[in-house]
Amino acid sequence: MRRQKSKNAQEEILSYWQLIWRQFKKHRLAVGATIILIIFYFTALFCEFVAPYDPHHRFSDRQYVPPQRLHFFDGEGRFHLRPFVYGIKDEFNPETWRHTFSPVEDEKYSLGLFVRGDEYKLWGLFKTDLHLFGVEKGGTLLLLGTDNLCRDLLSRIIYASRISLTIGLIGVFISLILGMIFGGISGLYGGLADSVIQRVIEVLICIPAIPLWMALSAALPRDWSPVTIFFALIIILSLILWCNLARVVRGKFISLREEDFILAARTYGASQGRIIFHHMIPNFMSYILVNVTLAIPAMILAETALSFLGIGLRPPVISWGVLLQQAQNFQVVALYSWLLIPGIFVIIAVLCFNFVGDGLRDAADPYTKR
Amino acid sequence: MVNYIIKRVIHMFFILFVISIISFVLIKLPPGDYLATYISHMQVTGAQIDQECIEILRTQYGLDQPTYIQYGKWMWQVLQGNFGWSFYWKQPVNEILLQRLPFTILLSLITLIFIYVVAIPIAIYSAVKQYSIGDYGFTLMGFIGLATPNFLLALVLMYIFYKYFGISIGGLFSREYAYAPWSFKKIIDLINHSWVPIIVVGTAGTASIIRVLRAMLLDELRKPYVQTARAKGVRERTLLFKYPVRVAINPILSTIGWQLPFIISGFIIVSVVMDLPTIGSVLLTALLAEDMYLAGSIILLLSSLTVIGTLLSDILLCIVDPRIRYYK
Repeated sequence: MRRQKSKNAQEEILSYWQLIWRQFKKHRLAVGATIILIIFYFTALFCEFVAPYDPHHRFSDRQYVPPQRLHFFDGEGRFHLRPFVYGIKDEFNPETWRHTFSPVEDEKYSLGLFVRGDEYKLWGLFKTDLHLFGVEKGGTLLLLGTDNLCRDLLSRIIYASRISLTIGLIGVFISLILGMIFGGISGLYGGLADSVIQRVIEVLICIPAIPLWMALSAALPRDWSPVTIFFALIIILSLILWCNLARVVRGKFISLREEDFILAARTYGASQGRIIFHHMIPNFMSYILVNVTLAIPAMILAETALSFLGIGLRPPVISWGVLLQQAQNFQVVALYSWLLIPGIFVIIAVLCFNFVGDGLRDAADPYTKR
Repeated sequence: MVNYIIKRVIHMFFILFVISIISFVLIKLPPGDYLATYISHMQVTGAQIDQECIEILRTQYGLDQPTYIQYGKWMWQVLQGNFGWSFYWKQPVNEILLQRLPFTILLSLITLIFIYVVAIPIAIYSAVKQYSIGDYGFTLMGFIGLATPNFLLALVLMYIFYKYFGISIGGLFSREYAYAPWSFKKIIDLINHSWVPIIVVGTAGTASIIRVLRAMLLDELRKPYVQTARAKGVRERTLLFKYPVRVAINPILSTIGWQLPFIISGFIIVSVVMDLPTIGSVLLTALLAEDMYLAGSIILLLSSLTVIGTLLSDILLCIVDPRIRYYK
């Protein structure tokens, strides 16, 4: 960011974006949410390193292990600076035909940083077996328990964040492009193009989104590769979500079209492209940013819902919705309630985007005094 | 006003036409044609393939003719009230819709009312007592309500009820009433079962309305006319409800119709989780089995009902609020 000094050295003239940033910083909740989101996205970026295990690693005979507790005090009440977990013992209950797991107080495994574990290739490039945290050899660290196939839920949630969080970003990016093009045409040229685009948007907004998404994503061929399904799903979601962005863009173009400074630019002989990209778009970029931030959670929620129903992403792809699919059956939830934990991450992510969007909305118009 | 209504109705028919095309495209979307899927389904389940039935379907829907003729034939059947045959349920689609749709409509309407009845008093309270503990509490609840996926809320509530009260709250009826004829007790049973899904689906809508109405009312309360009225000694309660609330509530009421798509969407997912006899779970199984005339009809009907509902709410508002008549 560039700071301009005015003639009077004491006064600083802040740019538009500096004013927005200054206003944004006052919104504590929004700043906190931004920090959480940054942590989330870094986790997603380095998920192989952050997750203690490989998401497909199966712990034999460890089906539906409840979340393990981290301890600082051992059985005799002694304090340990390094937290530790107890070993796990499983017993078969002949009455319920279920395995029950209980901690073994004699076996202690300390938590450590930069532990060697499952091998992985970070971003498919660097082969290593270093993990951010883990326990000593021999022990298992199952902080959020295991699922039906004996896999560590925490590691799976961390891997899932990569898919779930990027779906929001890519999807909104596509919606934004669609929204800018159609909203722009609609707002700048008006006339027939405007009414056609507006009618299309009205129809798309009238139709309940979930049934339409369900039908489209259920029709995706089953033999497509997971990556193709991933992108197809993003396009399906964007097909409806661009409407709101297009409306915002159109409204802004229409109101700016009549402004004096646009008229001035036009009389000065500026080309259409220069007027659009140099004078109009920078003027409402902050509003677009607000709407984009508020569109991302809608995308995440939609993906979660579809995958939960079993018609969005499918295993072996891991997303928060795919993880929640296991909780579809209420009998399973009643017995193994920790399978709902991925939902908490969905809620946190969506909440944070909402807070950031709110903060940006308050800051988007820095020239009005409040 | 008559002009406005006629214009809107023509507009609605246009939208219904586009919706019918979209639904038809969805029916055609799965690879392979309907009859091939039907035959393979029959083979898998080991049922007798009725050659006669297949021939009837083929001529009825013109399945060997070009697409636009197929669309025409399908639309013609639909307009006569014949939505086709569901091979998954081995029933005409009409019968399935008739069983499921009334509950869907009933629950959606009650949810719509629920949203407004709950949201408006809370929003007024939050705006009047801005920054009180109650305000913060409702704001927090609202945010969480907006951020929680419907199905997750349903699962959590079901879990809590099961764990702490030992009752399962799925379905719309207890077992003994499910197939019983209608009676006073059955209605009571229905009410006992339906409030949880209504809350689950209504939460997000309630939260968004609280947020909007609170902000509008706060803007309104800061205006000088409120101060003038107060200075003249108008009682606080009269003042609040007579002017600022009426002004602030208007945009909320004029967008009643916009809530409908969200409610319908919400019930689709919640009905799968909570095993409600509404249309959602049927849609899901139909889509998974590629029982496309059933799925397409459901989407066509849900969307059409939403559009008609929106139109009705707009016309009602137009009768209630003269300004809408004037501006349009």
